Amino acid sequence: MDFRIFVSPVPTGETTYLGWLFVGLRNTVALSLAAWILALALGTVLGILRTVPGRGLRALAGAYVEIFRNVPLLVQLFIWYFVVPEIVPGGHRFKQIDPFAQQFLTSAACLGLFTAARVCEQVRAGIESLPPGQKNAGLALGLTLPQTYRYVLLPMAARLIVPPLTSETVNVFKNSAVCSTIGLIELTAQGRQLVDYTAHAYESFLAVTVLYLVVNAAIQLLMRVVESRARVPGYLGSRK
Amino acid sequence: MHQFRAFAVLLCLGAPLRLGAEEPGGTLKKVKDSGVIALGHRESSIPFSYYDDKQQVVGYSQDIALRIVDAVKQELKLPGVQVKLVPVTSQNRIPLVQNGTVDIECGSTTNNLERQKQVAFSNTIFIVRTRLLTRKDSGIRDLPDLAGKNAVVTAGTTSERLLRKVNEEKKLGVKITSAKDHGESFLILESGRAAAFMLDDVLLSGELAKSRKPADWMVTGTPQSREAYGCSMRKDDRPFKALIDRTIATLETSGGILPIYEKWLQKPIPPKGLNLDFPLSDEMKALFKSPNDKALD
Repeated sequence: MDFRIFVSPVPTGETTYLGWLFVGLRNTVALSLAAWILALALGTVLGILRTVPGRGLRALAGAYVEIFRNVPLLVQLFIWYFVVPEIVPGGHRFKQIDPFAQQFLTSAACLGLFTAARVCEQVRAGIESLPPGQKNAGLALGLTLPQTYRYVLLPMAARLIVPPLTSETVNVFKNSAVCSTIGLIELTAQGRQLVDYTAHAYESFLAVTVLYLVVNAAIQLLMRVVESRARVPGYLGSRK
Repeated sequence: MHQFRAFAVLLCLGAPLRLGAEEPGGTLKKVKDSGVIALGHRESSIPFSYYDDKQQVVGYSQDIALRIVDAVKQELKLPGVQVKLVPVTSQNRIPLVQNGTVDIECGSTTNNLERQKQVAFSNTIFIVRTRLLTRKDSGIRDLPDLAGKNAVVTAGTTSERLLRKVNEEKKLGVKITSAKDHGESFLILESGRAAAFMLDDVLLSGELAKSRKPADWMVTGTPQSREAYGCSMRKDDRPFKALIDRTIATLETSGGILPIYEKWLQKPIPPKGLNLDFPLSDEMKALFKSPNDKALD
């Protein structure tokens, strides 16, 4: 094992191999955050739709979940990258923009939409786990349905689903590695490139593994704080 | 805390993997003991090593590899040696040779000084030049025309490094995408994402042969480098390398290589029956006269 490779300069000379890894880490974090924001926003809306009385809206959100959850992430990525630009108007202009921007936007959209289906199910489960009396009480007080969601159901559901959302956050980071297959220079891609250039597979992937562990450990610590603050007394998982 | 301890244990479990890679007695002994030789091949390196329409591994390098396997069988007096075909990519071929997954890899691997630190190379089997594949109406005729445009290379190839290096040195501002294999690189080129695809000239002709409309494409540009292809194997295994070198040298000096060359470079080849029409260069003629394992860099 020779960890000195990390401080040696890369062939093009602008940085060291460690610098390459940090560029990859930066892209992984940026991609995951973008995808996570998209997933949280869209997933929440879809999750609410899955519990509303209107059958059409429920079916629509249900169909979304079935499609995005049942097609492998890698296949979805290839569809977004290779198929969608060919059939959507304006796709040809998209293909002319900076390749990194193409890869990043495609990856963020793909990962975000995929994770949205999973967030949707967590939100639905959170809302459905509340006793039906809460919704009825809200309506009986004279609140409209949207108001009941806004002031009664969602604040409770959001606090209940923090733990499963933690694991989804970690999943987004791990799933982002798939995006290396369309050429996005994220952490896994940089790890592979390091192996190409230095033939130090052991050291390279050890470093990549450690970086993923550090990022995910940080997420878990952060979310543990959020969890302890958001805990609802008297519900499952609360200590008091 | 116990979680972190678990991580530490997991990391330590990985440690012996590397130790297992160094086998005493060399490849010939390994083949003799196990009765199996692991042959690394490519999946889309036309015409060197690729899957034909029946999903069989074929190609110029594959034919040479099979000759080498025959020589190994003869040397060991074991006609029943089984060939285990292992598909490799530009990115994983060297690690797989190093860690023993593959005993010998014959595809389109350039022998250069940098790689010689990692694996050993056989006598050269082919000499190529690095050029550009582009659409005929793209207006691109040479490397400087690519300035500010998108280009694609296959990850792990010598062309990838070369293009990144030239781009950095001459400040061309080429935006480079690295694709997983030659097939995907060509897909990126064909879909209009990149204006040109940089690779070894013969491989580019091979990609062109696969395309939907070969007439739309052309190989162009000043050759950027000369590269010698060899079969790669583990370092410091003299008996195995000597056997392979001898086999290739005999094939080249006896003229036995010529029908193989004609079959793959001057006659219609699978999958589409296109003829690459690639004449035998003077360099290759010289090589066949005096086989050697030198890098050309």
